[in-house]
Amino acid sequence: MFVGAVFFPLLGASIAGFFGRWIGDRAAQLATVICMVLAAACGLTAFWQVALGHSSQTIEILTFVDVGGLEVSWALRYDTLSAVMVGMVTLISTLIHIYSVGYMSHDPSRPRFFAYLSLFTFMMLMLVTADNLVQLFFGWEGVGLASYLLIGFWYEKESACAAAMKAFIVNRVGDLFFMLGLALTFWTFGSVEFSTIFGSIDQHMDATFAGFRAYEVIGVLLFLGACGKSAQLGLHTWLPDAMEGPTPVSALIHAATMVTAGVFLVARMSPVFEYAPTALAVVTVVGASTALFAATIGCVQNDIKRIIAYSTCSQLGYMFFAAGVGAYQGAIFHLFTHAFFKALLFLGAGSVIHAMSDEQDIRKMGGIWKKIPVTYAVMWIGSLALAGVPYFAGYYSKDFVLEAAFAAHSGVGTYAFWCGIAAAFLTAFYSWRLIILTFHGTPRADHHTMEHVHESPAVMLVPLLVLAAGAVLTGAVFAPDFIGHHWEEFWRGAIVNAPHNEIMHHVHEVPEWVPLLPTVVGLSGIALAYILYMLAPSIPGKLASTFGGVYRFLLNKWYFDELYDAIFVRPTRALARVLWQTGDATIIDGVPNGAAALAADVARGAVRLQTGRVASYAFTMIAGLAVFVTMLAFGAAR
Amino acid sequence: MNAAGFPLLSLLTFLPLAGAIFILTLKGEDKVVADNARWAALWTSLIVFALSLILWFRFDKTDPGFQFVERLDWLTDFGISYHMGVDGISVLFVLLSTLLTPICVLASWDAIQTRVREYMVAFLVLETMMVGMFAALDFIVFYVFFEGVLIPMFLIIGVWGGKRRVYASFKFFLYTLLGSVLMLLAILLLWYRAGTTDIPALFQHAIPPAVQTWIFLAFFASFAVKVPMWPFHTWLPDAHVEAPTAGSVILAGVLLKMGAYGFLRFSLPLLPHASADFAPAIYVLSIVAVVYTSLVALAQEDMKKLIAYSSVAHMGIVTLGIFTFNVQGLSGALFTMLSHGVVSGALFLCVGVLYDRVHSREIARYGGVAKIMPSYAVIFMLFTMASVGLPGLAGFPGELLVIVAAWKVNPTVAFGAALGMILGAAYMLYLYKRVAFGRITKDDLRGLLDMSPREHLVFAPLILLAIWMGVSPQTFLSFFEASVTALVVRHEAALGAARLAGM
Repeated sequence: MFVGAVFFPLLGASIAGFFGRWIGDRAAQLATVICMVLAAACGLTAFWQVALGHSSQTIEILTFVDVGGLEVSWALRYDTLSAVMVGMVTLISTLIHIYSVGYMSHDPSRPRFFAYLSLFTFMMLMLVTADNLVQLFFGWEGVGLASYLLIGFWYEKESACAAAMKAFIVNRVGDLFFMLGLALTFWTFGSVEFSTIFGSIDQHMDATFAGFRAYEVIGVLLFLGACGKSAQLGLHTWLPDAMEGPTPVSALIHAATMVTAGVFLVARMSPVFEYAPTALAVVTVVGASTALFAATIGCVQNDIKRIIAYSTCSQLGYMFFAAGVGAYQGAIFHLFTHAFFKALLFLGAGSVIHAMSDEQDIRKMGGIWKKIPVTYAVMWIGSLALAGVPYFAGYYSKDFVLEAAFAAHSGVGTYAFWCGIAAAFLTAFYSWRLIILTFHGTPRADHHTMEHVHESPAVMLVPLLVLAAGAVLTGAVFAPDFIGHHWEEFWRGAIVNAPHNEIMHHVHEVPEWVPLLPTVVGLSGIALAYILYMLAPSIPGKLASTFGGVYRFLLNKWYFDELYDAIFVRPTRALARVLWQTGDATIIDGVPNGAAALAADVARGAVRLQTGRVASYAFTMIAGLAVFVTMLAFGAAR
Repeated sequence: MNAAGFPLLSLLTFLPLAGAIFILTLKGEDKVVADNARWAALWTSLIVFALSLILWFRFDKTDPGFQFVERLDWLTDFGISYHMGVDGISVLFVLLSTLLTPICVLASWDAIQTRVREYMVAFLVLETMMVGMFAALDFIVFYVFFEGVLIPMFLIIGVWGGKRRVYASFKFFLYTLLGSVLMLLAILLLWYRAGTTDIPALFQHAIPPAVQTWIFLAFFASFAVKVPMWPFHTWLPDAHVEAPTAGSVILAGVLLKMGAYGFLRFSLPLLPHASADFAPAIYVLSIVAVVYTSLVALAQEDMKKLIAYSSVAHMGIVTLGIFTFNVQGLSGALFTMLSHGVVSGALFLCVGVLYDRVHSREIARYGGVAKIMPSYAVIFMLFTMASVGLPGLAGFPGELLVIVAAWKVNPTVAFGAALGMILGAAYMLYLYKRVAFGRITKDDLRGLLDMSPREHLVFAPLILLAIWMGVSPQTFLSFFEASVTALVVRHEAALGAARLAGM
């Protein structure tokens, strides 16, 4: 069962990928969906048994490497943390597979799509069940590959190919640090297996590296790796572009699962991070900044998917600063609820795009809520959960995260708290801006498109409804276990809080206004969006022209892409050209080319001599060489 | 004396030569001769491969010494004998050579139409030389094979190559020969001092550090060109570009490994002090190779040139691993050599598949190939990813081990090597994007056929290996383990002894 949860998707991917052309589209879809349903059944059972039934275990499969003390195995580690992830990933992935059957029904290469989707799920499961850093890295890179393939799924589109490449390469920048962190971990602990690392935390407490404590360096390096995958400030540029992929992909990979891998990594390595206060401070600051930064951009974007993408980026920031102040449980809980409502929002957006004949610009939508009532309703639910309105899933997790930041009573914690509050306000604002512009007001699409607006088929609506249920319920149902009074017996050491870290208790002792504030700013954000876009639709335009500089700055995403283009991409390409044409062709080749030119002249003569008996020529030379060497040895001996 | 019960290594070495002689005796109509030559070469190389599998199954992984040893007196007076044997370091390279040869023969089945008989003869002779070189345990025998490799390769490039084949083949020949002359002098010096050229015997012979430096430099001249290390690498892109597909496969797959093999076999065990002294210089050259050639690869407009430059970058990882002098680094270097043999060989075959159809290596000439040749696109993607070092495929374990090992020596060096991860991804994906993705703009591409069954057959073993090496690298690493550990122990002992003597 534990193995099945991980390997069924691989089976599905192989069937669809290798035999898709022979068995046909329908059979390929069916195969992957059935495999996913089986995986989900296994995954949920695993969640039930391991997380709720308190029985961790590790399953060894195969030795990967065993060289001079570096021992790595393929193994599945099931503790509460991985069981939570396995259950969540298999469930959401199954829903998205089902949704895709409807969404992709007009696409000519469906088997390929489903193969990629299942491959991704397999890699993600390998990542979360890894029992050592190398296997985690396997899953880490594997999801990167699947993400690359899926972003570039419509490979005839130039922008899709560019976005796919960008995603892979930016991720690789993070991976470089991951790899270095892995190397340092090995030389510090003598192992990369989690059980060994966590078991010997105390012994290597004083290990240093280049004058710093090794734990701090490991923490920072791994966090930089996590920044790449989880699109944190600086390495976030790939995520909005990744929206070039089909919408179900955005929902599964770039919202619910893959991008949360960085948060998972920090939580997984919590025993090390706990003793790396500086690294945690870095995590907090970067996470908090990202939360606010991405939210500001989300307020002015016009592409429905990009708005949600920036929202994802921002929510990931929340998760990181929760982990940064030591409340890993809160980070994972937010990750868990976020997976449901963000997948819901993306799939809802997909349903809108489907209805609007592939239009993604919210300026060209409007006035369609009566035509697609179910989609409209689930988008409301998703947004309510995202904005943290009470009793929806996001309320429990987001409030907890913010309370934890406050309860940290540290400088960075306070910074994170206020960033988080500001971001919560903006989150609510852009969510309702999206809803109002998309569904309300006068229709701005052309007549032809409006005629075509239709509710999606049942195969797409059912997953939406299931996710909507998740977005409503997961917070209330799981809060007691994840972060409430049962947290210690629920996690059972899968996440470690050092003895000095009592944040899980302090959270419940914050002043009364703290839990109230996120709700208040959330509701005022909604109100502001309602006023600006519903009651006085002329104001936003005026604001944009009054504050033209700010508006353009936000619309162009703080000019990060342009900046990177100017300081990395262009110089690299220019340097590449210089090295090739000047370095290689002129300088390095210049010296022997004189000789080579001479040789070429000789060669012209030699070729004429060589009249076809190539082989005999070769033999003569070999024989000659042997004789020559023998004679030389002979001569030298005298 | 021999686990196989018969002189297996000699058989492996000289059977291809016998096949070559047989092919030379073929007479008759051109077409018939060509056909017979193809089949004869294929069968010869397949039989050799089948025989070489004995090495895989009968090799004793716990024994760090030489196995399957054969010894025959040759020039006894001078301490030179015909001595063959393999240890954990060389055994898999023998297998790599015997595996790649039939693949090359099969890959050239339709591509080569002129002088087929001579072409097949050249390949079989090449196989003899390669196997002999990896199995030789006498320095003179080694040298004969080491240099002998040049001749068939020179002919393959010079006769069946592209437009600038003569320039490329001479550049190749002169570059490599120049280094070899110095190596020959070093061998003579060694022989002069020790009175023997027997390699295991030489291992017992301590050389004063001052002399070591000179010998090391002489070896370095030869091996660095062969690897090739920056800045001696410029012969490689030219040779690759002009060589026929199968020639590139062997060049990248086996010939590039000869230099690194030389470092491992001779420089490290014979010259421990000089190796340790020169290690920092090697690190610098390796890192420059990784970063510099990756950047140059990024600017390439010719598919083969791009992959050739990527080879130089990968070889940078190899030389770096070798000179870390720890078990992880050496194993990683050996593993990278093997995986690079498989992966870059396969990448050259991928280029060959397109070249056979369109007769152009220019990247801009393609675009949107994934649409017309889906199964080709999958295979090309697989090897692209393997080259990038995606975990789960062949390129990763070696890279991982070398970076981990390099971190121990110097974290900056590890960082430099890891930069290759980013740049490697950049140039390979950029290549893939331009070739396979995008809209089809060239109309004649629409008519291309996807891979033929023969081509599938060519790729099948390489695909299998790329995945196997990625999923279970331990199968291959276990071959190295005993020999590499012994090498490291001896290296440290030698340095330790000198330190004691110095005190």
